[in-house]
Amino acid sequence: MNAFSQSLQRIGAIVFKELRQLTRDRPTFGMIVMVPLIQLLLFGFAINTNVRDLPVGVVDLSHTQTARALISDLTATQVVSFTETYQTPKQAEDAIRRGHVHAVLVIPEDFGQRLQDQRPIAQWLIDGSDTMVGNALLALQQMPFASGFEAQPIARKNTFEVALFFNPERRSAINIVPGLVAIVLTMTMVMFTSAALVRERERGNLELLITTPVRSSEIMIGKIVPYIFVGLIQVSIILGLGHLIFDVPINGRLDQLVLGVFAFISASLTLGLLVSTIAKTQLQAMQLTVFLLIPSILLSGFMFPYEGMPKAAQWIAEALPATHFIRMVRAIVLRGATLEDLQPDLWWLIGFTVLGVIAAASRFKKRLD
Amino acid sequence: MTDPLLGKEKTVAQDWAIETIGMSRRFGDFVAVDQLDLRIPHKTIYGFLGPNGCGKSTSMRLITGLLTPSAGSVRVLGMDIPEQAELLRRRLGYMTQKFSLYDDLTVQENLRFMAQIYNLESRSVKQLIDSQLSRYQLDERKTRLAGALSGGQRQRLALAAATLHQPELLILDEPTSAVDPENRRDFWEKLFDLCDSGTTILVSTHYMDEAERCHGLAIMESGVKRADGAPAQLMRELGARVVEIDGENLRLLKQQLGELPEVVSTAQQGTHLRVLIKESIDEPESWLRTTHPALVANRQIHAVRPSLEDVFVHCTGSNAADGQGARQ
Repeated sequence: MNAFSQSLQRIGAIVFKELRQLTRDRPTFGMIVMVPLIQLLLFGFAINTNVRDLPVGVVDLSHTQTARALISDLTATQVVSFTETYQTPKQAEDAIRRGHVHAVLVIPEDFGQRLQDQRPIAQWLIDGSDTMVGNALLALQQMPFASGFEAQPIARKNTFEVALFFNPERRSAINIVPGLVAIVLTMTMVMFTSAALVRERERGNLELLITTPVRSSEIMIGKIVPYIFVGLIQVSIILGLGHLIFDVPINGRLDQLVLGVFAFISASLTLGLLVSTIAKTQLQAMQLTVFLLIPSILLSGFMFPYEGMPKAAQWIAEALPATHFIRMVRAIVLRGATLEDLQPDLWWLIGFTVLGVIAAASRFKKRLD
Repeated sequence: MTDPLLGKEKTVAQDWAIETIGMSRRFGDFVAVDQLDLRIPHKTIYGFLGPNGCGKSTSMRLITGLLTPSAGSVRVLGMDIPEQAELLRRRLGYMTQKFSLYDDLTVQENLRFMAQIYNLESRSVKQLIDSQLSRYQLDERKTRLAGALSGGQRQRLALAAATLHQPELLILDEPTSAVDPENRRDFWEKLFDLCDSGTTILVSTHYMDEAERCHGLAIMESGVKRADGAPAQLMRELGARVVEIDGENLRLLKQQLGELPEVVSTAQQGTHLRVLIKESIDEPESWLRTTHPALVANRQIHAVRPSLEDVFVHCTGSNAADGQGARQ
């Protein structure tokens, strides 16, 4: 046998050993199939920059037939879908701040007269914090509208006047930076806790701990608490530097922000604990983290508007803590909302944490059988 | 195997440190521990001797309540296990086969951690840790990371951690498998000190010299207890006779002797062959000389005192059934 074929034989030995080990590591083997499959579906569904059926509201002060015609013309574009009606512009602004709708169409009392001259006929109040949503609504600005009573078509510069709230310059940093808090926390919190527990098991520390008076729940809590502080440090870095470098405003109250962050960190750490009860090695914990991270980036509203996604993708998004937190953090930081405005998302995070800890503690038995 | 004394002694309430009756554990179809009866008195060192996979570790985990027995009962320090396992943990010290303290904490930090886990009083903890450090010769290394210690030092640290809360029962799972002979001797001195001050110690090993140091011993194989008793008693009641034969061509002689039905086992030890012969042969030397003169011509034959290894060989492997028969 010459040197070359000897080398081939040795390479072959390593190749087959590697394949054999791979087939015995079930979770890793599963990832080989699941990662491309899930990625394909997620990207295919989520990446949809054509926003459709944005939930918007209307304040109709004119109460005319023509106003209703305008609304149905707008609905026909399929960009917006009128779901709410408000009595006053003040109520409308409140609804936007709370995140109930992304925009409200205000039809003024002098709507009839405006139709006859060159002034814009109505006003859009738009939540500009999500630039992609803002852009979709801005595209409506020049939509032609004719009531059918004009003698001749009136040449208007803009059909609508636009008031872009929270992000008038339409800078994407303002949208990205608060969202990034959710992504970074998802990544580090889930990975740290899952790896921390799996590491103890891998190194044999756990075998000793379970013979001591320490309880499973005590191990769990003890493992979580340090990372709450790690998470708070990370949030301070992102929002602090975001404020200094990218001029991201922090409009909400700081105590509301800290409470919201705390709820999300707890939910993410719980997710990490759940991962640690499934993963057997640190490598598996890492893979599962990535597996959770991808939908958190793509479906949570961080990169693509939640409203642009198909129903099925929205259901998955609802199950992810990141989706709820991105809603909360954008509302508090950019729109100055309070937790009271955001109760459904807050309760969801709390519920997730409580159920998750119960599930993790029951899966993590102090006995070995 | 039935113990004729079992029925009688059950009514006499004697206080054992560990008492198991018919303790069994199955994993699926595999029987890891089969009908194990143990009675371990207080303040003694009791050994599990057996090859890897014989059920030593599983038995220890059943006794500590880390595993639930499939059948049988377990009582440890007067508590029913696994029901009262949580209560037992405060009175139990456990040393795992693999070093299981934290490599990235120092010697002192590891001990302080364990002290807190056991809720030891913080006022006396510093003193307690200092005395453990000097008892186990770790003073000079107290600020070293545990991961940077030698095998013997790690072992002493693990023992120091396991005895920090002064447990009544100490369970050691192959504690010396990664330790050199000198440190091993040292380690056993510490165990006798502990035993002397009232600790009951259960230790598993596959070293004969360690097993011989125990007060009591159970020889295990495939989850079954093959023999138990004090090492001296086990050697005395071996149920076979031992001779040493020297001369040339020992490999061939070993093969030839091995074919004789009266020979239980043969093992070469340097320049001589150690031969176990059935108890029914009263005078092994003259029996060999008269019935197999060709084999032993020009060879010296000595009758010798049985060793623990002889006991082990005699009651495990293919000899197990014979050995049991001869013993009862």
